Amino acid sequence: MDQIYLSLITGIFIGGAAAFLGTLMLPKKMTLSADPLSHLALPGVALALLYNKSIWVGAFPFVFVGIFLIWFFERKTNLSFEVLTAVIFSTSIALAFLFLPIEEAEEALIGDILKINFNEMIFAVILSLIIIFIAEKIYKKTTLINISEELALSQKINIPKYNLIYLILVGIIVVLGVKMVGGLLTAALVAIPAATSRNISKNLIQFKIISIIFGVLNSILGIYLSKILSLPAGPLIIIMSALIFLISVFKKK
Amino acid sequence: MDKKIILDVKNLSVSFGREEILKNLSFSVYEDEVLAILGPNGGGKTTLLKALLNIVPYKGEIKWKENIKIGYVPQRLNQIKDIPLNIKEFFELEDIKVEEILNILKILGLKEDVLFKKINELSNGQFQRILIGWSIVKNPEVLLFDEPLTGIDIGGQETVYNLLAKLKKEKKFTIIFVTHELSIVNNLADNVLCLNKQMLCNSPPEKVLNPELLSRLYSEEVKFYHHNH
Repeated sequence: MDQIYLSLITGIFIGGAAAFLGTLMLPKKMTLSADPLSHLALPGVALALLYNKSIWVGAFPFVFVGIFLIWFFERKTNLSFEVLTAVIFSTSIALAFLFLPIEEAEEALIGDILKINFNEMIFAVILSLIIIFIAEKIYKKTTLINISEELALSQKINIPKYNLIYLILVGIIVVLGVKMVGGLLTAALVAIPAATSRNISKNLIQFKIISIIFGVLNSILGIYLSKILSLPAGPLIIIMSALIFLISVFKKK
Repeated sequence: MDKKIILDVKNLSVSFGREEILKNLSFSVYEDEVLAILGPNGGGKTTLLKALLNIVPYKGEIKWKENIKIGYVPQRLNQIKDIPLNIKEFFELEDIKVEEILNILKILGLKEDVLFKKINELSNGQFQRILIGWSIVKNPEVLLFDEPLTGIDIGGQETVYNLLAKLKKEKKFTIIFVTHELSIVNNLADNVLCLNKQMLCNSPPEKVLNPELLSRLYSEEVKFYHHNH
């Protein structure tokens, strides 16, 4: 299969899944947290690049160990999720720059979806589908939790369970996103399509579907432009989504 | 009285850290009773509701009738405006069918076309009625309300108030509501629990709503704020 198709298919699936999950993260005011979480991946990415492996091999354990540590310290210390994320993610970045071969820094920081291979594409497609499937499964209850934890508790919803599933999904999408737009830009994959959709949708179904459509569209546009202009795809994907967001601001009723 | 006890509270205390919010509360609620919890801000009314819902940790005993179904209407739902959600979808979060939603809208005195309105397009009074509808759609035995009239303009207050009165008459709910507004207490409640960290009264409204007791109830507020300064 042509490289461009591998990249496009991967981009479409990751972009769509990230945008969908973004519609759950936006009401939680958690879209920005995707960024520090993706920085957690950087030491793993550095190691993977050193040993010539797929960056996902390195990114996965580091993101999930990082998330576990944040969760663990939160319980131990009563400090907030936010400040612990700051502690853990800056440590990760520091570690990453000790190992990261400087000539490879670009791939780690802004991604490289144009180098994706067939197996990686299959991996990304399957994980993206799993994310969409599970996110849809927990969507109603999580939305209720987002509206009011008290209301959710009064309906006997097991909040820690849903939050854990949600956090795992965020972890997976962050790792996938690191390959696509790098360890600096992943928040944009979840935040911008959801914010764009929020501007123009009248109900929940539209909110979800329009967000996915923009997530997919941004990937296609970014990857094509990258091919034409010979510029890196990651930043172009983000810039395209920012442009569409800008249009939605003025379309907003 | 041969009415059944639906809720029995004994020696209930709630503290957040060192601050004691509720102290040694004991009371019972009977089937079909409408209980108003009256008191100043900071007196622990909302905390009491949350303890009854088992949302905050407490000491003492809270005994509900077995397997009781509780409906709850919180004071504010600020987050909901962040989500583009129409009324139909709001009910569907709890898997409620369209026919049931339409039924509820009729009881609420709202037109069918409200179904596809976005939540943040509703007035506060309409939204409050939707919340009440949302809490009764699964036919709970008890309804817990936190300040049902707060933040609603006078016209809206009247419709919400009429709705509560209608529910009391037609549906035979047990209702427990928190408020600081005397008029609604007088007209709606069978029993009043006066609360300012501790219980200052527990009796029918005509016995409670006298100047002496009210000044005692609300003057504690002044003292309480003084202590904190």
